[in-house]
Amino acid sequence: MKQETGSSSPTAAADPTRGLQRRLRLGERVIEGWILLAGLLAIVVLLGIIFILLREGLPIFAHTPPWEFLFGTKWYPLADPPVFGISAFFVSTLMITVISTVVAVPIGVACAAYLSEVAPHKVAETIKPIIEILAGIPSVMMGFIGLALLSPLVQSLFNLNTGLCGLTAAIMLSLMSLPIIVSVSEDALHAVPKEFKEASYALGATKWETIWHVCIPSALSGIAAAIMLGVGRAIGETMTVLMVAGGALAVPVSPTDPMTTMTSAIASGIGNAVRGGVQYQALFAVGLILFILTLAVNIIAERVLERQKRKFSR
Amino acid sequence: MFKSVKKLLLPLALVLVAALVLTGCGSTDKTTTPATGTPALTGSFKIIGSNTITPLSAVWAENFMKVNSKVSIAVSGPGSGVGIAALIDGTTDICQASRAIKASEITQAQEKGVDPYEIQVATDALSVIVNPANPVSELTFAQLSAIYTNQITNWQEVGGNDAPILVLSRDNNSGTFAYFLEDVVQMAGMTTADKTLQYGGKVLLLPSTEEGISQVAGNANAIFYSGLGYLNDTVKAVAIKKTASDAAVLPSVATSLNGTYPISRPLFYYTNGAPTGAIKVYIDYCLSDEGQQEVLVAGFVPLPK
Repeated sequence: MKQETGSSSPTAAADPTRGLQRRLRLGERVIEGWILLAGLLAIVVLLGIIFILLREGLPIFAHTPPWEFLFGTKWYPLADPPVFGISAFFVSTLMITVISTVVAVPIGVACAAYLSEVAPHKVAETIKPIIEILAGIPSVMMGFIGLALLSPLVQSLFNLNTGLCGLTAAIMLSLMSLPIIVSVSEDALHAVPKEFKEASYALGATKWETIWHVCIPSALSGIAAAIMLGVGRAIGETMTVLMVAGGALAVPVSPTDPMTTMTSAIASGIGNAVRGGVQYQALFAVGLILFILTLAVNIIAERVLERQKRKFSR
Repeated sequence: MFKSVKKLLLPLALVLVAALVLTGCGSTDKTTTPATGTPALTGSFKIIGSNTITPLSAVWAENFMKVNSKVSIAVSGPGSGVGIAALIDGTTDICQASRAIKASEITQAQEKGVDPYEIQVATDALSVIVNPANPVSELTFAQLSAIYTNQITNWQEVGGNDAPILVLSRDNNSGTFAYFLEDVVQMAGMTTADKTLQYGGKVLLLPSTEEGISQVAGNANAIFYSGLGYLNDTVKAVAIKKTASDAAVLPSVATSLNGTYPISRPLFYYTNGAPTGAIKVYIDYCLSDEGQQEVLVAGFVPLPK
């Protein structure tokens, strides 16, 4: 108080203040350094992972040319000579990811819209944490549920020879990505300024029209981020897919075919692969392609968000 | 909320401590009755490998640890291939394998300074199983090979119902996968042998034997292969004949011992060099009459005396 009003006696008050400021500055610097260090560490780890993927994975192309590796339909690591073609895994991964996204996104966004705009406050406050708990169920449990409950259902529903197929895996994955999509989209919808909605209602729009034409478009960047997180989970998920997708090596034609994704191919093969061997290199190359795929998804998402932002700032 | 959690923590901790103390007492009590135990035997080692042998190794290890309380053995069964890879990489003490180590793997091991030492610990009659509702009761090697290469896709072609065949296999980590591929699918040792044959693209590759058994139990069109030790009354073993003119033989301890069952295979332990110390005592126990008795109990075929 004194310092603010009376600047006539600087020597009396300045010393302790300066000491405090110095201490604060020192603390600030330590924390800044700490953050810088953490940031650098993250970058170093990322570069390290990329380096290892390249070092362990690239040598396979001396054994199998890249086009054969990418477009070959046969994967026989134990044959003599071994054959490595990943197109079946690639198609399976895409198929399962696309189906799970198509199932999860409408349900997830609708659920988020309900929680944010329609449900009474108390209901929303109860349901949201419950949905978030769903995200914490270990994937092996989801695999078990898929194996015990969903696969017999899918089998009888579509009159299949087995319920262990891509569709079962995709449905389980959509269930697993729902919590992320709902939670993040709900946050985005919640952040839409109240004035937007009030303006919409003032123009005579119904609740549905407000949600569809105002809330969702203005929360779109957040919703897109939610969808990308969901897609990321679907591409990278391993355990559930390993348990319920069936693990056939043929290129799938229909979603109801048994299939092996890239992640489950790595998981089921890596134990068998001696470090530095051809199968080891081939599996690392699969990992490399998986990495490139997820990177592409992220870059596309970034571009979409950027365009969205520009559109809104106009 | 947090207070109530804190209140719970103390009794919970007490219960845990009590449980630890009690189990500790229990195991020390048992050391007073050593049957084959060496009093001062200590150590800990890992057994990694075949999913087929795992139930047997688990029983052996448990019995051994009861007698030698200062020895701890960890058994895991992700597949023979994993075990052999672990032996070569030096990350396991014993590798359990349901197939013999390959020449290429021995070379790899020697490059890394590992000298694989082979010990046969039991024999297994590899059983081909179908659902009990399936009328097919015998198959030849040629039929099995055609089924597993997806050339035969309907049960009708081998004398069953008009239904598609659901072909199940273990994944390529499995020694059973490799053994069945070589011995049955490629028909090694027969005049019709064809080394280029591989499992068909529509064969389901499953991560464990248990999953295959439960699929066969629940699906009238499924076929799977597994170690004799995994058979139970939810599935039906198929009698096997090497060629159409041979007699069909069901898998059992007796038919495997007298050599009439055509898909009997040795089960191995591999160590780096001849075993020493606690590992040697353990393997001696496995090979003893007492240990071989457990082989029978686990459903496998003991070594000939």
